[in-house]
Amino acid sequence: MSDKDKMGIDRREFLLNGAALAGATALGMLPSGLALAQSARVRVGLMLPYTGTYAQLGVAITNGLKLAIQENGNKLGGREVEYFTVDDESDPAKAPENANKLVQRDKVDVLVGTVHSGVAMGMVKVARESGTLLIIPNAGADAATGPLCAPNIFRTSFTNWQPSYPMGKVLADRGMKNVVTMAWKYGAGEEAINGFKEGFTKAGGKIVKELWLPFPNVEFQPLLTEIASLKPDAVFVFFAGGGAAKLIKDWQAAGLKGKIPLFGSGFLTDGVLDAVGDAAEGMETTLHYADSLDIPKDKSFRLAYAKTFKLQPDVYAVQGYDAGQLLVLGAKAVNGDFGKKNEIIAAMEKAVIDSPRGKWTMSKAHNPVQDIYLRKVVGKENRYVSVAHKALADPARGCKMG
Amino acid sequence: MDISFILIQLLNGLQYGLLLFLVASGLTLVFGIMGIINLAHGSFYMVGAYLAFSLSAMTGSLLLAVLLGVVLSVVLGIVLERLLFRHLYQRDHLYQVLLTYGLILVFEELRSIIWGDDVHGVAIPALLNFSLPLTDTLSYPVYRLAISGVCLALALGMYVLIQKTRLGMMIRAGASNREMVQSLGINIKLIYTLVFALGVALAAFAGMIAAPVSSVFPNMGAQVLIICFVVVVIGGIGSVRGALLAAILIGMADTFGKVLVPEFAGMTIYVLMALVLLWRPEGLFKRA
Repeated sequence: MSDKDKMGIDRREFLLNGAALAGATALGMLPSGLALAQSARVRVGLMLPYTGTYAQLGVAITNGLKLAIQENGNKLGGREVEYFTVDDESDPAKAPENANKLVQRDKVDVLVGTVHSGVAMGMVKVARESGTLLIIPNAGADAATGPLCAPNIFRTSFTNWQPSYPMGKVLADRGMKNVVTMAWKYGAGEEAINGFKEGFTKAGGKIVKELWLPFPNVEFQPLLTEIASLKPDAVFVFFAGGGAAKLIKDWQAAGLKGKIPLFGSGFLTDGVLDAVGDAAEGMETTLHYADSLDIPKDKSFRLAYAKTFKLQPDVYAVQGYDAGQLLVLGAKAVNGDFGKKNEIIAAMEKAVIDSPRGKWTMSKAHNPVQDIYLRKVVGKENRYVSVAHKALADPARGCKMG
Repeated sequence: MDISFILIQLLNGLQYGLLLFLVASGLTLVFGIMGIINLAHGSFYMVGAYLAFSLSAMTGSLLLAVLLGVVLSVVLGIVLERLLFRHLYQRDHLYQVLLTYGLILVFEELRSIIWGDDVHGVAIPALLNFSLPLTDTLSYPVYRLAISGVCLALALGMYVLIQKTRLGMMIRAGASNREMVQSLGINIKLIYTLVFALGVALAAFAGMIAAPVSSVFPNMGAQVLIICFVVVVIGGIGSVRGALLAAILIGMADTFGKVLVPEFAGMTIYVLMALVLLWRPEGLFKRA
């Protein structure tokens, strides 16, 4: 198939280049192998979901990344770019194999991916073993920039801890003392709840009860009944996608809306506002991006994105765009010579990313140090309210770097 | 934990159980009576939900959407049976598993092409869009109670159809001995087509009336598929009565599991299944 064709062409190209180089060096015309590095294209491996539940997120990230590189004249450090794409199907079982395909067969210079945390952990493993540069444009598993952090692993999105932690202080500052939490019992859910719990108890609040649902169960009724009888000051939840939409509607139908306030990290209300009608109106969440941000870069990004892809960008597109920007910066520092890995890493560590979400820098564990916004649902927008936490860095527990 | 809290949780369990029965009822027919392992049952459920979304937007009425949707899904059932399933009745179960697994992939891809990958909502009909206050903080949505009523009516209807009518008799006879029924001059092929179409329509119908409370989203079928098989297996293969009882038991186990042992809520229904199968390996009710 096309994979084979590609390999064939690549091998031929490689042989031609190699032969030319050998001839040239034999004649003493070239000082080093520099010419080879400069003439070949930068090989960027995209391992993202293009089918299944997360397909749209994969597309948004790809679009964002390509837009950033396109704005750099479709080049990285002066060299043309070639993309190698693998659909990871959000299947953790296939993750190491898929990542190895890109690293070993396609010999990519940099690996970009992915959305699903389980798959991302597989990529982290391959990146740690092969030393390939890895940029994670979404998956929030704390461990990737925690115990498993590595010099060649960067993230341009968030840790699951990060968007939830600031909400603790926000609620405590409003005089709320007793809060119930509710989430799916799986990695991201537990990490998000831990983040909130840490922020809330540190600010003097108390978690009355932690409620859990097996993932991806969405029968909330028994838990809503329990919340109604506990009567807490507020409820903090972590849900996303279809489950989030259902919770918001069930919350209203159970008569809890207006009686017990419901809060969450921003994934609760991102991408579901069309589905829930007015049930989400007035809900407040925390995230590293928001609608109606007063940031010039955000306005120009939104315009360019809409023009190029005939789509409205979302937080995932922003994360992909920033992965592209990070790559542009890294490649520029070494003039496109991806052999100089240490110099690229050094440049990426020092990078200040001019992101649509606002400027951010890299933490020592290679995760964004970024502002977390408090947003409120107004109509079909997650409108910016205030900065819930300025320049928040993940604690990166267990990371030995830096 | 006071008495009213327990009563409300019992209502939650019953209500959830009836909803499960509604989704599993089509599978009881197709798997339980025709003996076809239909992994695509969840996909029909999803198709129903998406039809409700599109048709209610087009017609402006959920009732009209459901009526149209049921007709469309019966047609879908007939076409699938004629083209695909008919050829596999005599084959090993493995062929059916392969075919229906393939159908899951086809339906997911079609869904992605036609409707995209967004989460959608379906509005609850205005007539039923209110809640009854139960305590000072909690109200109960009337639409959920209405679904329960529909489920009970459907359970009764299926029981009468299969146990008390001539068609039901032919279906049961065909299930136990195909050749014999055929040689008695009954058009067994037609009966199988009808039963299969009914199974598809029931799954789609479940998806349609559940859509306003469950939302409409990719892979929603996969979530209900496993629990449907659990219902049919606990109830006893081929028994409508058993499926109803099993669905309510599971509803209770799930509800009280979440409240009493939240750490293990994911396990309670499977523990229940294991216990029932140890006690009665053929399920609560054997094939009537």
